[in-house]
Amino acid sequence: MAFLKIQDLQSNGIGPINLELNKGECLCLSGPSGAGKSLLLRAIADMDLNQGEVTLEDKPRITFSPSQWRQYIGLLTAESQWWHEQVGDHFPKPDLETLQALGFGPDVLQWKIARCSTGERQRLALARLLANQPQILLLDEPTASLDPESVTRVEKLISQLRQQQQISVLWVSHDPEQIKRVSDRQLIIQAGKLQVAA
Amino acid sequence: MNLISLTTFDLALASVLILLLALLSFRMQLGISRTLLIAALRTTAQLALIGLVLKYLFDNVNLLYISIICIIMLLVAGYEVMSRQQRRFLGGWGYGVGTLSMFISSFSITLIALHVIIGNDPWYQPQYAIPLLGMMLGNTMNGIALGLDRLSNGAWQQKSIIEARLMLGHSWHQAIAQLRHESMRVGMIPMINAMAAAGIVSLPGMMTGQILAGAPPMEAVKYQILIMFLVTAGTGFGTLAAVWLGAKRLFDDRERLRLDRLSSKE
Repeated sequence: MAFLKIQDLQSNGIGPINLELNKGECLCLSGPSGAGKSLLLRAIADMDLNQGEVTLEDKPRITFSPSQWRQYIGLLTAESQWWHEQVGDHFPKPDLETLQALGFGPDVLQWKIARCSTGERQRLALARLLANQPQILLLDEPTASLDPESVTRVEKLISQLRQQQQISVLWVSHDPEQIKRVSDRQLIIQAGKLQVAA
Repeated sequence: MNLISLTTFDLALASVLILLLALLSFRMQLGISRTLLIAALRTTAQLALIGLVLKYLFDNVNLLYISIICIIMLLVAGYEVMSRQQRRFLGGWGYGVGTLSMFISSFSITLIALHVIIGNDPWYQPQYAIPLLGMMLGNTMNGIALGLDRLSNGAWQQKSIIEARLMLGHSWHQAIAQLRHESMRVGMIPMINAMAAAGIVSLPGMMTGQILAGAPPMEAVKYQILIMFLVTAGTGFGTLAAVWLGAKRLFDDRERLRLDRLSSKE
């Protein structure tokens, strides 16, 4: 039985898209820019108007409250957003273990957002998202602005989560080497339609 | 009361000042002389008209006529609020949010003031009811226009942040809370400033009018304080209602930020 099941999903000119994701599986998604990768992730998280059916363990999305759904389906955007001055203010219940796995000490909570680099913000955004304990991760180029060491950290953390907590991952990536390293399956999206990678 | 009656000649003298200003700005090519003259003409015509209407109303105290005037005042104020928005809500909401909020706050506070505080007989005595409502609407209109403008522009500019919060599972209330505070503050600032500066920087217009008309200063002061409180409360409740309604309208039942419900920038 598929954990996340997407049927005839249509939004902003993409689709209809059919997709199944099993528990603990990592599916990589690639395709030219403008093909609709980010739009697909947004549609699954119910951020844009969309048609079609999305179910989690056979329960339709509509039976979840919007905020509950978005906590189960953690969407990490390519560009992270921050609204308080300090890092710690974005973490109501900081999980130091996750932060450490991503290369941060406990002092990171006192850092000012304005002084964090793009790469640091990207990793912090992942930590912030994981604090919700999502069951599915939708990652939009999560390592695009990271140095090789941080890329390894992120990949390792995600693979641990998949093994230990059976989290499923939909990973948008342009790096063929990374796709080989992390994915069980690969799909390509072209002009809003899914294709199986050759 | 010793009221010095103004003649048409007196007003003509004052209008010479406006004409001089228009001439000067024409010579300096400031490009506002036309607008200035049209505005001056509008003021004269509109005030003369309302003078006639008020005269008629005072002579024939009739609840129906008074209600009609009040409704017209509300509808025009609603239009003003809408036309000052850079990004307004599409459809009936563009007009509705501001007008409804103004109706709720201005009408109920004017009613309370007439019944409970002033206690006239009949309570709708137009000499009190119409100027009171006018002042309520005029100020509430400003607060609501400013608040809504900040809300809709802010939602546009802070789209990424609002959506990032939604994606983290925050409710729409939490996602828009900061912007809602900001909009509320912007709507209330003019009234708070007016109260803080009253009597020191400027004598408020209504009090000045009463004193010019020969009322004892302490009576004029009491009325001014009453009006200040009523107007501030009205602006506050009206802005609160408008910003709340507007914020709610920015999201749909699945708590998606719906900027497509706003018009593009004018």
